[in-house]
Amino acid sequence: MDSKIIKAENVKYEYKSYNDEKQNVRAVDGISLEVEKGQFIVVIGRNGSGKSTFARLLNALLIPLEGVVYIKGMDTRDNENLWEIRRTAGMVFQNPDNQIIGTTVEEDIAFGPENLGVAPGEIRKRVDDALAAVNIFELKKDAPHLLSGGQKQRVAIAGVLAMKPECIILDEATSMLDPVGRREVMKILKKLNKEDGITVIHITHYMDEAYSADRVIIIDSGRIIIDGPPKKVFCQVERIKSLGLDVPQVTELFYELRKMGYNLPADVLSVDEAYEALLGAIRGKRL
Amino acid sequence: MIKNITIGQYIPGQSLLHRADPRVKIILMIIYMVDLFAVVNSYYTYAAFLIFTLMVIVSSDIPVSYTLRGIKPILFIVIFTAIINIFTTEGKPVFEAGFVHITYEGLDMAAKMAIRLSLMVIGGSLLTLTTTPIMLTDGIEKLMSPLKKIKVPVHEIAMMMTIALRFIPTLMDETEKIMKAQSARGADFDTGSLIQRARSFIPVLVPLFISAFRRADELATAMEARCYRGSAGRTRMRQLRVGFPDFVLVAVMAVFTTGLVFLEYYI
Repeated sequence: MDSKIIKAENVKYEYKSYNDEKQNVRAVDGISLEVEKGQFIVVIGRNGSGKSTFARLLNALLIPLEGVVYIKGMDTRDNENLWEIRRTAGMVFQNPDNQIIGTTVEEDIAFGPENLGVAPGEIRKRVDDALAAVNIFELKKDAPHLLSGGQKQRVAIAGVLAMKPECIILDEATSMLDPVGRREVMKILKKLNKEDGITVIHITHYMDEAYSADRVIIIDSGRIIIDGPPKKVFCQVERIKSLGLDVPQVTELFYELRKMGYNLPADVLSVDEAYEALLGAIRGKRL
Repeated sequence: MIKNITIGQYIPGQSLLHRADPRVKIILMIIYMVDLFAVVNSYYTYAAFLIFTLMVIVSSDIPVSYTLRGIKPILFIVIFTAIINIFTTEGKPVFEAGFVHITYEGLDMAAKMAIRLSLMVIGGSLLTLTTTPIMLTDGIEKLMSPLKKIKVPVHEIAMMMTIALRFIPTLMDETEKIMKAQSARGADFDTGSLIQRARSFIPVLVPLFISAFRRADELATAMEARCYRGSAGRTRMRQLRVGFPDFVLVAVMAVFTTGLVFLEYYI
């Protein structure tokens, strides 16, 4: 079988303008992409860069105007594949309040499998497994509006997990969360990716969520600008800044230090790495 | 002020009434109402009915005060119907002064009507107090499912009710937030005439509506992303099952109704 879970070929999409004087808005302008099964991918872009539109194209919520999107070899333009595509590539949205349908947590998680027509006993099992996977088993009877933002997003992830997806697409799912909530969600995503081999496509504008990814994709005006492993991407500090984006703080610090003439590595992304690098440099000088 | 509004004020418990199937409870409630309005007429049966209702309340583990609280909102209607009945019923006069005449029959009707209305509300609130809103919706959906044959969108109605229940607290919070935001800009909600106060709510309602539509749009997308496609091929995690508590309730209701009919027509 094909190991590519997602394959996009020169995909274009534009939003119709209902105002005659205005041009249609080209949101995605020729994106080609192949994603291997089990990868953790972070997509970064400014507001209006087309990253959310691209996410919706992957889930068949939008159908490309030109080009083709294949999910596990299924063409999103083919209506017969629709439900299997949405089951395979589950989606978590930005606003946690507006994607929870059930009046209790377990009720909401059961929504997906119920729609798929899974047998009641099996749904129960899947719901319990999903609750355990995102660490909210004790909240299963709670009403969603009483949960914190991070907990709500974990409910949303569990709701996708209960459909047994192979890929989870998160459309700015951490952008409305506080730092604690963001950390909770990232931890769960890492775990799902490592332990269950679920492909994760995480769309965000927080750079610090990107450094531990397998691959970072930067999108601007509907095109992929930079694509590669985080270390290769973030050492292009100038280029990223010219797109109106930031690099992780330590990377920027090292970039500035290098500009001042210190002999330090350019591809430092995490605080731990920075600590090691600085310690090494200082010791090296003293000795 | 907004926090006080509770819809479907469910009180958790483990009584027979709590554990019974919502469909059975809804049907029994209808029988209860029919008994109340079609069978009960003499004071004996009223007494029997009152005692029965009290016994059910006690067995449901719900504080009596809670069930009585249900009467408050309809108190006006109860008093109003009582007054109308007192003054308009023809019969043997008790008191006459000018055009005002009060009859025995009028007093009798007024008392009975007031008790009927109160008992009806108490009975209804017993249902909502012992059944979670979602169970109630499930029960209604199942009971109405024969109507699918005549193209009534039963599943859709139930789904709308579920979503409404889910979003009531969310929209309450939002209303409160908007009211605070408007107060911070100098809006005044608490003074002025009724019309002025109603008008001052426009700046709250407009943003609330806009945000509700935005929510609805996002929710619809999220539901589609989770493979929602109406009732076709959809299963439910929670299956309603008729069990021991239901048999007990049905038996009790059958004995009671038989007794009531006997008491009303043969004694």
